[in-house]
Amino acid sequence: MWQTLFGHPVRAFGVVSLLLLISLAIAPAKNHFSEWRHYQKQYLALVRTREDAVTLRRHFHAGFQQIWLPGLGVVDRCTTCHVGLKEPSLADVSTQPFRRHPVIPHTFDQFGCVMCHRGQGPATTVEEAHRSTLAWEQPLLPARYVQSSCGQCHLATLIGTPQLNLGRNLLGRYGCVHCHTIKLPDGSAIKPTDDPPSLEHIADKSTREWIYAWLKDPQAYAVSATMPNFKLSDPDARDISAFLIAGSTPIPGDTAPVTPAGKDKDQKAPDPTAAASLYGESFCASCHAVQDAAGNVVGGDVGPELTRIGNKVNPEWLRAWLRNPRVYDPQTAMPHYRFNDQQVSLLTGFLGNKADADLLANVHLDAPTPEQIAHGKLLVTEYGCASCHEISGIKKSENFAPELTRIGSKPITQIIFLPGMPHTVPDYISAKIRQPRSFGSALKMPQYSFAPAQIDALTTALLSLTDRAHDLPLALTVPAPPPSNYQPAGKAGQLMADMACFTCHAINGRGGDMAPDLTWEGSSVQRQWLQAFLKNPGTLRPALIRRMPRFNLSDSEITELTDYMMTVYQTPAFDRDSMPASGYPPAQVEQGKQLFYSKYACQSCHIIDTKSDKGYIGPTLTQVGSRLNAAWIYHWLKDPQAMRPGTSEPNRNMNDEDARALTAFLMTLKSSSKLEAKK
Amino acid sequence: MKRHLRTLFVVSLILVSAGCARKHGPASALKPTAFGAALVESSGGKQIGATGMVLAQPLVVQVNDEQGTAVTGALVEFSGPAGVSFDPPTGLTDSSGQLSTNVAVGGMAGRYQLTAHTPTKAQKSVVLKIEEIALGYQQQVGYRLDDKYCARCHNPESTPERVSNYDNLEVKPHPFTEGDTLNKMSDAELTAIISHGGPALNKSALMPPYGYTLSKTEIDALMSYIRLISDPPYHVSGTVYAEK
Repeated sequence: MWQTLFGHPVRAFGVVSLLLLISLAIAPAKNHFSEWRHYQKQYLALVRTREDAVTLRRHFHAGFQQIWLPGLGVVDRCTTCHVGLKEPSLADVSTQPFRRHPVIPHTFDQFGCVMCHRGQGPATTVEEAHRSTLAWEQPLLPARYVQSSCGQCHLATLIGTPQLNLGRNLLGRYGCVHCHTIKLPDGSAIKPTDDPPSLEHIADKSTREWIYAWLKDPQAYAVSATMPNFKLSDPDARDISAFLIAGSTPIPGDTAPVTPAGKDKDQKAPDPTAAASLYGESFCASCHAVQDAAGNVVGGDVGPELTRIGNKVNPEWLRAWLRNPRVYDPQTAMPHYRFNDQQVSLLTGFLGNKADADLLANVHLDAPTPEQIAHGKLLVTEYGCASCHEISGIKKSENFAPELTRIGSKPITQIIFLPGMPHTVPDYISAKIRQPRSFGSALKMPQYSFAPAQIDALTTALLSLTDRAHDLPLALTVPAPPPSNYQPAGKAGQLMADMACFTCHAINGRGGDMAPDLTWEGSSVQRQWLQAFLKNPGTLRPALIRRMPRFNLSDSEITELTDYMMTVYQTPAFDRDSMPASGYPPAQVEQGKQLFYSKYACQSCHIIDTKSDKGYIGPTLTQVGSRLNAAWIYHWLKDPQAMRPGTSEPNRNMNDEDARALTAFLMTLKSSSKLEAKK
Repeated sequence: MKRHLRTLFVVSLILVSAGCARKHGPASALKPTAFGAALVESSGGKQIGATGMVLAQPLVVQVNDEQGTAVTGALVEFSGPAGVSFDPPTGLTDSSGQLSTNVAVGGMAGRYQLTAHTPTKAQKSVVLKIEEIALGYQQQVGYRLDDKYCARCHNPESTPERVSNYDNLEVKPHPFTEGDTLNKMSDAELTAIISHGGPALNKSALMPPYGYTLSKTEIDALMSYIRLISDPPYHVSGTVYAEK
């Protein structure tokens, strides 16, 4: 029996022994022929050809390498094959895995590799470490999204991660976070920045026909519109527009009668350029864009695009809005310009002409039936319109769409991929943003018209929202500066709200960055200058296209504002009366002039003599002695960034004597003395 | 049993070969309807993008015939070094003889040499070389610093948003792309000028010192950006990722 099965015992013993030997040899052989040994050998061969071979070989350690950071849950063996990561002299090597790592602000010993690149850190084969087939929950992050990893700890804007910054910005600007909650690891949440208008009084502002056309295709009305396309059918758009108009309530005073156009023309033919120049002088374009003939959208993006505004708004509403926008929307970012009736008429006519005759030509809507209005209400609820807009009779639904706080680590098993699509989280997110309804026609998420770069940026921002980001020690988080809810007090505070100063200027951490920070304005400027500037803002920086508009303030309003700013916006760094406004010794003034033109060459950026100087990066200084406070000039020269963080004027490390002399010289450049000189 | 196994083997063989065949299918789907004689770049070359990312502007090339008129329906294929991807990688020229593709550069900072090919009637291939620049993290920081502190004077080109101060300066600054001059200066010399201003190297005082405003890391970042965008390239060997 034995013999028939296994043959001669001795031969069988020999075979079994041989098999045992072979099986014992498998492990060492596998180890010997492993990928990482192969790469280490290759690296040594590469090193041999280099000039600094000795140094490179000394830095090389054979065998398994591992970065182990228990506190962060990092076990990374990547450096076993990626041998030359830290070698500056290998920057020119183009074959992986031997390239030097590009310069970044962190070291590998601090954070390891997978923290930024993902992949399987403990894996020791190329496939298992990188590819989505074997490292399937955590494949390597494509380079185009690598900035998302910075966003796991850095919640504030970073200079080196423009794509992440853009993505986060878009999440707020396109209102993604109205429907999707996104909580950051420090407990804060991404806030929407798009300020969608309330629709409770829409009938005063616009027509049902326009609403219909807008709902069908917002970008057909304004290419830069942030409202997405909900791909509504004609009857659905008809019913929603019917519901919105039916539910709208009027606000007293949000419309103003318009004089019949013909009559107006008969009385006084307005200069056709007057309206355009008023539009320009009021710097409407700083906030509002208009599409030019070439199709480019030119202008700011604070307010809505005005290319076809005449199609959208009722002239009566526009009139009242231009007179005082706060009647219709108390929270609007639009300033109350205090235009007179003639100016309001000019602008109403000018904007009313910005219309496209074809836009509403084919929109014919019959009077709505109650069923249509009821259906419209149902649709408005279903599509979550109230997540963004205030709508009469509809409550804002919290968490209308899935929360995205940890979307960057969404388990692949929970994702339904489209056929033919790579099974990775980045691919899923970008496909979902590109064409949300391709994942199912019944989905509610609307179609956005993002450019490819915007989709990449949004994907990057979303990929930063990982489990790891939430599990990291909180001490590693670099939070964004807390939002400031600074509110100036009293009558001046009301005035500043009325003129929407914070749309452009920042004070105490709140406000926009279009115009200078005014936190220390009271220490910086002279009272008479500020009064004159508020009355009629002149040009300070000739190269800027965005400037302070004229708000047609009354004298008492100007006094109120000036008093407040001169008293409250004072820096504690110095006493504004510590240096005199005039009376500096001529020798010191002359020395300052020499320093201005020779040693410090200030004329490369500033103009003090309009005949000889041309630099216009910084403000014109021809009348700086009447504009700025002497102590401010002195302290500014000593350290500009301390006075206004982020200013582009470099710190010259100026000694006290030079700073004093320059201050003395600059204070002699007064507006009155100029006039006298001319006389 | 054996026969079953054999059929199974044959069937699987057919299936496998069918699977392999399909992989190569779509590449030959595009058939040119016309042939050109020359390939020119319309726009999208010499862009500065970021590593791994899609360039802001699409790359547009045009196929012309011997007389220089645009050819419609000519086949153009794009290729580049490892890591570069094109969307679409091949295509036929449109009615104006052009083909547009979105380019994503590779993961390493540097210059990328891309090529576009179009076949001629004589079955030869016309080649067009295009260069794009990818900024890594460090150069990206440098680019932002350049934009904030340097470009107003060093970049002669004005945009509506930023009027150049170049023409107003008595001594003209060197644009950072001016490799002929800047490549001759060592890293130490450039750092000295940035940190201590023009007079440090007996140059114009119109260039102020930035050593008290920018950190050493920031100046290094600025330098790596200046070196990368220089034309002709700073280090000819190494930073060029040519097609392999």
